[in-house]
Amino acid sequence: MSPIIEINDVHKNFGHLKVLNGVSFDIERGEVVAVIGRSGSGKSTMLRSVNRLEKIDRGRLVVCGHVVSDPSVDLHQLRRDVGIVFQSFNLFPHLTVRENVALGPRVARKLGRAETAKISEAALARVNLLEKLDVYPEQLSGGQQQRVAIARSLAMEPQVMLFDEVTSALDPYLTGEVLGVMEDLARGGMTMLVVTHEMEFAKRVANSIIFMNEGRVWERGPGGMLDDPQTLELRQFVGKT
Amino acid sequence: MGGSFNSNHFVFLMMGAVWTLALTMLAFVSGGVLGFVVSLCRVSPLRALRLITAAYILLVQGTPLLVLIFLLYFGVSMAGFQVSPLLAADLALTVYSSAYLGEIWRGCIESVPREQWEAAECLPLTRTQRMRLVVLPQAYKIAAPPTAGFMVQIVKNSSLASVVGFVELTRAGQLVNNSIFQPFLVFLIVAVLYFAMCYPLSYWSRKFETRSGIYARVQPE
Repeated sequence: MSPIIEINDVHKNFGHLKVLNGVSFDIERGEVVAVIGRSGSGKSTMLRSVNRLEKIDRGRLVVCGHVVSDPSVDLHQLRRDVGIVFQSFNLFPHLTVRENVALGPRVARKLGRAETAKISEAALARVNLLEKLDVYPEQLSGGQQQRVAIARSLAMEPQVMLFDEVTSALDPYLTGEVLGVMEDLARGGMTMLVVTHEMEFAKRVANSIIFMNEGRVWERGPGGMLDDPQTLELRQFVGKT
Repeated sequence: MGGSFNSNHFVFLMMGAVWTLALTMLAFVSGGVLGFVVSLCRVSPLRALRLITAAYILLVQGTPLLVLIFLLYFGVSMAGFQVSPLLAADLALTVYSSAYLGEIWRGCIESVPREQWEAAECLPLTRTQRMRLVVLPQAYKIAAPPTAGFMVQIVKNSSLASVVGFVELTRAGQLVNNSIFQPFLVFLIVAVLYFAMCYPLSYWSRKFETRSGIYARVQPE
């Protein structure tokens, strides 16, 4: 079976700044891949390119059978298959938790009332937030908001989930509860691409880790590679000099 | 001269105030509908629509309302169409408010954070669904104070309709004053009546601004 995500020699510039400079890697179905690297190494841009929030300049990108690098790709179908969770949660502040999660199934998947309710409640149960159905996002802690955002994505029943530094805005305690939910998802077989600064999480949960530097995949390996960096840059990044 | 201020004069002024309110409401409703369309065009992905509406706003904002009223009353009559003073004033105020409201509301739509668009786009909602279900409900709350503030402007600017002989509050004041010549008393009453119409709007606008936690309809425990 072919990989669920294929990234081949992808380039992207912002003006004169080369952000992605020939990124290539594959992800198999059910794999959890953590992407680490310094700020500005291109990891967020790479992640956002996968569901075409950023358009790449050159290279080939195929996700769940959709050729993302083709300008005529079906964006609606692509984004139904690929969920994304953001650093700043981006919940809809005018909707309750239940409405936030139900919006996708009801409007984008055009499901009926009963099925929408069943799916949203199941998604909220997976992030342990069933008791917060009728509150507004601003009444929740950051960790709870991020878990709602994960549930909102789950309710679309995606094949792949992207996580863009989802714990960077949270304190260590709240980070723990969000990472716990993500670990459950990983164990449930979800294909996940996770941009993160949580090294312990990357080591423990990811099947492989990608270290990005200067817009390229600098090193890729299993969790153990952080203890035995092959390149000077990764050694500096993990603080082993 | 024609006697002193009596209750008939006051009733006449009140009638004028009612016409001022009627003209304002008409202009606000039709100007609001047109302004809403203008604001949507201003944020449209179609460049042509954005440019056309930008030019419209520039043109209207660069023209005195008084001139717009003259143009629609005398200008259109010259072209052979019979235009009543009310219709001319209403049309002018409609055009005027559509341009200003269009620009105010464009700002409100654009002040909904880009991340909200992005999250809705990834869900994935279509552009129309994003606008209707995510952006406009948030923009609406941002828009309330400046919109109430602008309504105060329409109430006051509706006085310009007096120049084409439409008997609203200001024109009613002029007529009463012409008959009894007590300008201080008459225009003081006119001013108080304007204030009575504008103050609730200003109050409402300020209340919207100071209210915090606008999304929390339920108190956190």
